[in-house]
Order: sequence, then C-alpha cells, then structure tokens
Amino acid sequence: MSAVALQLTRLLSNPPTAPEVKDWTAILSCARAESLAGTLAFRLQGQPLPVEVERLMEDARRASLTVHTEALWEAEMARRALAPFAIPVILLKGTAYAAAGLDAAQGRSIGDLDILVPRTALPKVEQALLAGGWEWVKEDAYDDAYYRQWMHELPPLIHRARDKMIDVHHTILPLTARPTPDAQALIADSIPLEGGLRILAPADMVIHAAAHLFADGDLAGGLRNLWDIDRLLRQFAAADAGFWQALHARAKRHTLLPAVHRAGRLANDLYGTPVPESWRVWDSADPLFKARLLARDGWGRATRRALRFGFYVRSHALRMPLPMLARHLWTKARR
Amino acid sequence: MRHQLRLQVGPVAFRIGSEWARPIAQLRRLYAGYPEPEGACDFTVRLEAETPWWRFVRPSVAIRGDYVLPDAAPLPLVLGLLAAEMGMNLQMALGQRRFLLLHAGAVERDGRALLLTGESGAGKSTLSALLGERGWRFMGDEFALLDLDDGRLHPFPRAVSLKNEAAELFAGMAPDRFGPVLEGTPKGRIRHLRPNAAAIAAMAEPAVPALILFPRFGAGLAAAVRPVGAAELFMRLTQASTNYVALGPRGFDSLLRLCRDTPAKAIDYASSEEAVALVEQLWEAGR
Amino acid sequence: MAGSAYIADADILAAAAELEGLTFLYDARSGQTHILAPPAPQILEALAGRAGDAEDILQRIGDRFDVPAEGAAHALAARLAELEAAGLVRRP
Repeated sequence: MSAVALQLTRLLSNPPTAPEVKDWTAILSCARAESLAGTLAFRLQGQPLPVEVERLMEDARRASLTVHTEALWEAEMARRALAPFAIPVILLKGTAYAAAGLDAAQGRSIGDLDILVPRTALPKVEQALLAGGWEWVKEDAYDDAYYRQWMHELPPLIHRARDKMIDVHHTILPLTARPTPDAQALIADSIPLEGGLRILAPADMVIHAAAHLFADGDLAGGLRNLWDIDRLLRQFAAADAGFWQALHARAKRHTLLPAVHRAGRLANDLYGTPVPESWRVWDSADPLFKARLLARDGWGRATRRALRFGFYVRSHALRMPLPMLARHLWTKARR
Repeated sequence: MRHQLRLQVGPVAFRIGSEWARPIAQLRRLYAGYPEPEGACDFTVRLEAETPWWRFVRPSVAIRGDYVLPDAAPLPLVLGLLAAEMGMNLQMALGQRRFLLLHAGAVERDGRALLLTGESGAGKSTLSALLGERGWRFMGDEFALLDLDDGRLHPFPRAVSLKNEAAELFAGMAPDRFGPVLEGTPKGRIRHLRPNAAAIAAMAEPAVPALILFPRFGAGLAAAVRPVGAAELFMRLTQASTNYVALGPRGFDSLLRLCRDTPAKAIDYASSEEAVALVEQLWEAGR
Repeated sequence: MAGSAYIADADILAAAAELEGLTFLYDARSGQTHILAPPAPQILEALAGRAGDAEDILQRIGDRFDVPAEGAAHALAARLAELEAAGLVRRP
C-alpha cells in the first residue's frame, strides 16, 4: 500500500536511487496524486532514466514553468489592484516560494493565490478586489457570516475573466482553533520583495507551513507540504547558524511549537531533513501521522479509509470547539 | 486494481485499471492488434465503484485516474467501455503536455495530413473514419497531436465512436472491428469501431499538415466551400484545444506556424458521398 | 485633460505576429494570448517601456494614424482601460 509512497519519498530525498525503481508508472501516478510530479521531475533531472520516463519528466518540468508563470501573474494582478491603498500584502505558500526564488519552489504545484493582510485592512482589500474583477464564489449568507466571524480568511473570491481564485487571510489559523499565532508579528516582520509584494520571515514561513499541515486540515496533500518544510528548513538553516533557535523562539510565540516539532520529526524521518537531536523524540501519534501521509498507492488511490476519516474528523475539531461544531453541522444539515 | 490493461495509441501509452472484469475484456477485444506499451505509461485511468457498497447493488462506474474532473457523474456499469474511453480522453485533455492537442480528426496521404475540425456533432469523426476506408490512412477522429518542435501531426488512432445512424455507414466492415452496442449514453446509441490494419500498422508515423477543413453536415445543406482566413483559423483552433494555454510560448509559436502555413476551408455537405467528393477535389486542387 | 498615465513592459510586443491585419500577441509575463485590433497594438508600442497618458500616446502614434481630432483622447482612454483590465498596461 504505502510502499510506493515510501519509495517516492526516498526518490525525492535521494535521487541517485532512481535505477532501483521497477515500476515507474506507479511512481508517476502516486506523485501526480500527491501533487509532486513537478517536484520529482526536477529532483530527477540528470539521473539515468528510461527514455520514456525522461520524456515524461521533461513534460512535467515544462508544465511546472507554466504553472509558475500563471501563479506569479495572479500575484501581480492582485498587487496592481491593491497598490493604491498602501496595504502590506504578504504572499503565502507556493506563490511566495516562487516569488522569492526559494528551493521549495522548484517544480512545486501551485493552486490558488494566498495572501495575508492586516485584519483592519480587510474591508478595503475586499472592495479593491471586487472592483478589480474578482467576485464571490459562494452566494450563501450563512457560509459568509461563518467565514467572516470565525475563519482566518475572507470567503473565497474568483476572478471573473481569468477564472483563478484568491484566498485573503488575516491570520494563519482559524480564530476558533486553539493555537493563537500572532498575526501582527507575522505582518510586522514580513520581508519586502522587489515590486512591492512581501513574504513571511523565514521562521514564520516554516511555522505557517507546519501550522497548515498539522494544525489545520486533514493532511490531504501532506507529502507535498512536508517536502516544502524539508526544503525550507534546509535552505534557511544553511543560510543562518542561529536559525533553529530563532525558529524555536518564534514557534513558541505563535503557540505552534508542537506543530513545528512534529513537522521536523516527520520531515527528518521521511525526507532525511537534518533537525536538532533534541527534536527527534517521537511521540505516540507520529506513526499515525506518518501512515496518513503515506496513504496513497501506486494507482494514485487514497488508501487507509478509516485512518483518513479519523483525520478528517480531527480537522473539524481543530477548527472549532465541539459545541460550535455541532451547531454548525446542524445548520448546514438543515439546508 | 484487479483487472488491468496497457494500451499504446500513437505516441501515448495508457494503463487502465478496473474493479470489474467486463470493461477490460471489452477494451481488449476492441483494441485487438494494438501494441503493448514498452516501459512506463503516460497516463493511468481507473474505473472505480462510486462508493464501495454500491458496487454490487447498483453498479456505477466513477471515471478516475491521474487527472480527474471533480464533478463528473458516474456511468452505469453496462457503459463501462464508454467510461474507459472517456477516461482516456480526460487524461489527454487535462494532462497532455508534449503535443498541442487539437480537437480534430486526421487522415494522411503521401505523408501529408488532412485535419478535420469543428464543433462536436458536425461530422468530423464520421468523415475521418470514412476517409480511412476510402484510401486514406486514418490517424484519429478525436484528437490531433501537433508536435511542438517540428509542426508535424502525430497519429492518435483510438476506436471511433459512431453515433446512432453513422454506424450504418460502416455496416460492411468486419464484425470483429465493432464494440458492443451501447444504449442510453449521453449521446444516444453509440458503437465503437476499431481503425483498420493500415492505421494500426502506421500509428508511429507522423505527417505534415497540408489542409484544414471545417466540415458541416446537414440533411438539407447545399454543398459549399468557403475559405477560412489565418486569423479566424487561429481563433477557432485555440477554442478547439484543451491544452493550448498550458503550453505557454511553444503552444503559441506552433499554432501560429500551423495557421500561417496551412490553408483552411469550411465545407458544407448533405451526404457522406458529397463530403468525400469535396475532400478529394480540394486535396487535388491543393497539390 | 490628460488622464491617467500608463506603462507597458518594454518587451510587451516581443512575441507578436500579424495575421490578416490583427495582432496576435503572446504575453510571456502572464502566459496569456491576446488578439488586438488597431489602435491597441500601436498604443502598446507607444507605452512599451515608457509611461504616458492619452495625450502622450496621441503624440507618439498620431503621425502614423488617422486620428480624428474630436474625442480622440476620450476614445483612447477607453482603449487604455481595456488594456489595463487585460493586464497589458498598468499604472507606473
């Protein structure tokens, strides 16, 4: 079951093991299902591969370039719409990695544009985006009120002409979740890029990735997000001897130390990411997380149905306290 | 997956898996004589039960694979063969990145290709298949693959999906070339026809595009030919391509070259005989 | 009244081709393909790498174009707004 997924993680972290692969079709389907095809293609560049596999890898590398062009264009169009208002606009996730030319960007699949802005700026941002051709995806009033009151982002917007989505965040976790990241600090310590957009500071970038992976969501696409964390940790640690300490202190401030530690342990286990010795003490839940991350087979199918369901339930519980969850699901069911 | 098949169609290799035996058996018969892929496959298609407990009670096939359409409706199991065909089309439409995909039929003569493009239902599928039995080499009826480096067209000879009365035009073909009659599909009654031996034997041979036609079949239409300018051609072909945008500058350059270098015409006809005659006439005139 | 100033990337017309009087433009920055009719390509040429408002553009392209004196700036402003929405020009 997870043998192919495990082999995929070995290939990513150790490309010279490519000659050991017997079933490339399985590796490809697994990688595609995990949104890692582009990443794999760049990692395997230069390795001896069967000729038809090399062609498919070349296709994937080319496809990735187009995806990045489109993602950076969405960022640019958002920048143009928001420029007149002097609001700090911080890129998040894949678009941020691509805009900053980070290692984590290489071959990365990128979906919607995610940006972080101050909560106080939300009304102006909303107005500017609507004027710039974006429109609401959902019409439903209840969902809208729920989003605005409790979520960490505006309801989803999509651009009328380009058909691309933007997610506007004001913090990195739902307000109803237990950890309380310091959104103002994230914004205050953000780093400007050429052109006017911004990215999170390195430690914050790692913390966001870990929060997104372990503190919000059901771990779908987890292997890719964990790979991001591997690439970010390696690059930042190599550039700054004090990075681990800074990361620890910052994660504590954002009350996200458990998520960051878990991310480090699992990245170390699956991708060989160098992490401090003191981090490598496994807790009892780690094997479950690992199994969930690897729940993909060589046909690209999701496996471990019960385990996935368990994490799905967990993701809802993470986002809101139980009484609220009950009422929320009740209201949704009545419609 | 318990039942599986690997299939080479032109330059593309498919791996098709199914939770039921029947669709795979039908595919195997329909594609008898096709080569087995050497090495890894380009795309994987999966025919899966919509939800596990429906599998025996009211079997319904969800079309999945490397590339999926999130809201795709499942098909009844009796249309499993159609699901497999749709699955292959979906992988091409969403995942093909090596060739510019044109929604067109293609046939070849003397190393030069005729492209038949236009809206669904206009008649390009049937006409491509018909020409394939009238001295032309059939290259495909659904997708034409344009090489991004040298502008040649690559064959993609899948089984032809013949709707309703169109199947009658091919009544004289060897019975083993036909798939089962499929009733109640989204397009009515259809039947698949395997391309002939010449098409299968030549599936690795590309051709230079020489003429593009926009066929339009209508019972009361007067036979007519109209030129299609390069600008209109470019616009119509981008609409007919599912992967043009994803190919970036190379897509733009190769489509531009195709539109500049290849004459195009729109033809109207009221019968298949008229169509074939028009095609032959225009092909000769262009030589 | 001059109106707002705009600018286009210096290489905005690098991948442009003319077919039957229409300009087919591939914009590498956005990955989009545009089909433009005069005076849009000429406006882009006038703004490629240098900012200008409607009057500047009229001056830069006026000698090659039959531009009616009345309402020219107004018509240009409309074209500029379209080009801005398409992402081909922006405020400097």
